Amino acid sequence: MSSTDIILQQLLNGLTIGSYLAMIALGYTMVYGIIELINFAHGDVFTAGFLISLTLFEWFGAGGKTLTGFRLVWMFTLVLILTMLACGIINVIVDRIAYKPLRKAPRLAPLITAVAASFALENIYANWKGPSQIFYPDYFPRVDILHNWLHLNTTVLFTTQDALLIGLTIPMMLGLRLFIQRTKLGKAMRATAQNAAAASIMGIDVERVIMTTFFIGGALAGAAGMAFGNFLHTGRYLMGFDAGLFAFTAAVLGGIGNITGAVLGGFLIGFLKVFSDQWIGGQWTRAFIFTILILVLVFRPQGLVGEDEAEKA
Amino acid sequence: MAMLELHDVHSYYGSIHALRGISLHVNEGEIVTMIGSNGAGKSTTIRTISGLLHPGKGEVLLNGERIDQMAPHQIVARGVCQSPEGRWIFPRLTVLENLEMGAFIRNDHAEIKQDMERVFELFPRLSERLQQKGGTLSGGEQQMLAIGRALMGRPHLLLLDEPSMGLAPVLVEAIFETIQSINKQGTTILLVEQNALMALYVAHRGYVLQTGEIVLEGLAKDLEENETVRKAYLGEE
Ligand SMILES: Nc1ncnc2c1ncn2[C@@H]1O[C@H](COP(=O)(O)OP(=O)(O)OP(=O)(O)O)[C@@H](O)[C@H]1O
Ligand SMILES: [Mg+2]
Repeated sequence: MSSTDIILQQLLNGLTIGSYLAMIALGYTMVYGIIELINFAHGDVFTAGFLISLTLFEWFGAGGKTLTGFRLVWMFTLVLILTMLACGIINVIVDRIAYKPLRKAPRLAPLITAVAASFALENIYANWKGPSQIFYPDYFPRVDILHNWLHLNTTVLFTTQDALLIGLTIPMMLGLRLFIQRTKLGKAMRATAQNAAAASIMGIDVERVIMTTFFIGGALAGAAGMAFGNFLHTGRYLMGFDAGLFAFTAAVLGGIGNITGAVLGGFLIGFLKVFSDQWIGGQWTRAFIFTILILVLVFRPQGLVGEDEAEKA
Repeated sequence: MAMLELHDVHSYYGSIHALRGISLHVNEGEIVTMIGSNGAGKSTTIRTISGLLHPGKGEVLLNGERIDQMAPHQIVARGVCQSPEGRWIFPRLTVLENLEMGAFIRNDHAEIKQDMERVFELFPRLSERLQQKGGTLSGGEQQMLAIGRALMGRPHLLLLDEPSMGLAPVLVEAIFETIQSINKQGTTILLVEQNALMALYVAHRGYVLQTGEIVLEGLAKDLEENETVRKAYLGEE
């Protein structure tokens, strides 16, 4: 590989990794924005997306073989919708059981139940699917786009599965942005995040807004889990811990509570990760990324695009 | 039956006993004012009516229905809107979006538009700043936005907690004129004010609060002439 090819390849890798991290980061940041809680179980909803979509493909009789034609379209769409619904509901249930009863308790309490919810979900997954690595078949066709379709003479690899990941996540993020900017419920979410008591005296049902936020965050994480399965083909009950940690870092990096920040943070972490894997060494990646997290928190605690406190007040 | 009735209402902040048995009523079509010095419990009364605070004892009735254990949004749905103490403008929503939030419970788009025009007539300043973020407005502009936003809910009962706070003297007069004209158009108003002189001037009736209790009540013009009120709240020696 020439060095330009390496750089190009790593940029593409950063984009794909960043896109699913950004999807997960959105859930962290939206929930934090509204109830100032770090939902530690959020990464595990991503795992649910992986496991549930895999199970649904099996139910529908995909049988481990690559889907084609119309079967690909309907099955993929249906699995995506059901997975998002299920993961949205799981996240709402986590809120109902672990956080809602503690809405008025000191902040430490729901933080602890968040860790507990995370452990509970992980152990449910371990009992359900077993503790070992799980293989996720190539249900989505894998074609080398640059060589087979565009006939380019390059060593860079970009497949339809990479394109799927990007093609699924980026429109969803844009959709979320439109929803939050333009719709009445989206505006109510922003209003609630800025001042929940003020929102309530506008007639906004704050609990309903919180539920919607958990649902949307869960659904996005679920879609990310499914896209991840079709892209990397392997995962296990603990995969959400790892992905969640990186996504949480992305949310903080961008400015926790800030939607644009979470997306930018996700891509930034994606790029930092591939940069570190390629040029520093994979074994250093965590040390590298979490050092950056510390530096950001020390020198720019509001994150890269977060408003400063004065503006928030 | 009065539109709003409070019977022996006690409210608490943790162990602080802020309201010690408040009983009052507001009739349909009235402007009723609550006056009293700092910490008397005026805002706490407003918060208790609007469901932000639930009384430990006592009843709040709206058109005969108990609302004291309801969530704030349920009370808004019954036609009670407010401009709260401290204004509570959404700082990162635009002026337009803030006004839209005021109309959150409504779906009659055409009439929402009309009401917004009416707000702009009352406060032309707001229409010049529609796309500006709420947090960047001056204190006086935020006050106008808070009142305008409350009007966007088309309330039957409007709660105003110190609407003249932070306004220049010219604007204070304009605000009180606005309050009177809103009332003449059919909105019942419960008005909390530090500026007792103006409040009693526009109100029909009034209550005087002191450390969580009502110490005086009556027609506004009688309160205006009351010796104690004149000394304590109208700044006469
Ligand atoms: N959030 C709170 N927590 C604890 N105590 C409070 C809180 N808000 C008000 N209080 C107390 O309750 C009492 C009544 O306060 P309230 O705000 O109702 O007074 P107010 O009549 O509106 O005064 P002001 O004219 O200063 O606005 C005061 O003693 C006050 O210190
Ligand atoms: Mg007050």
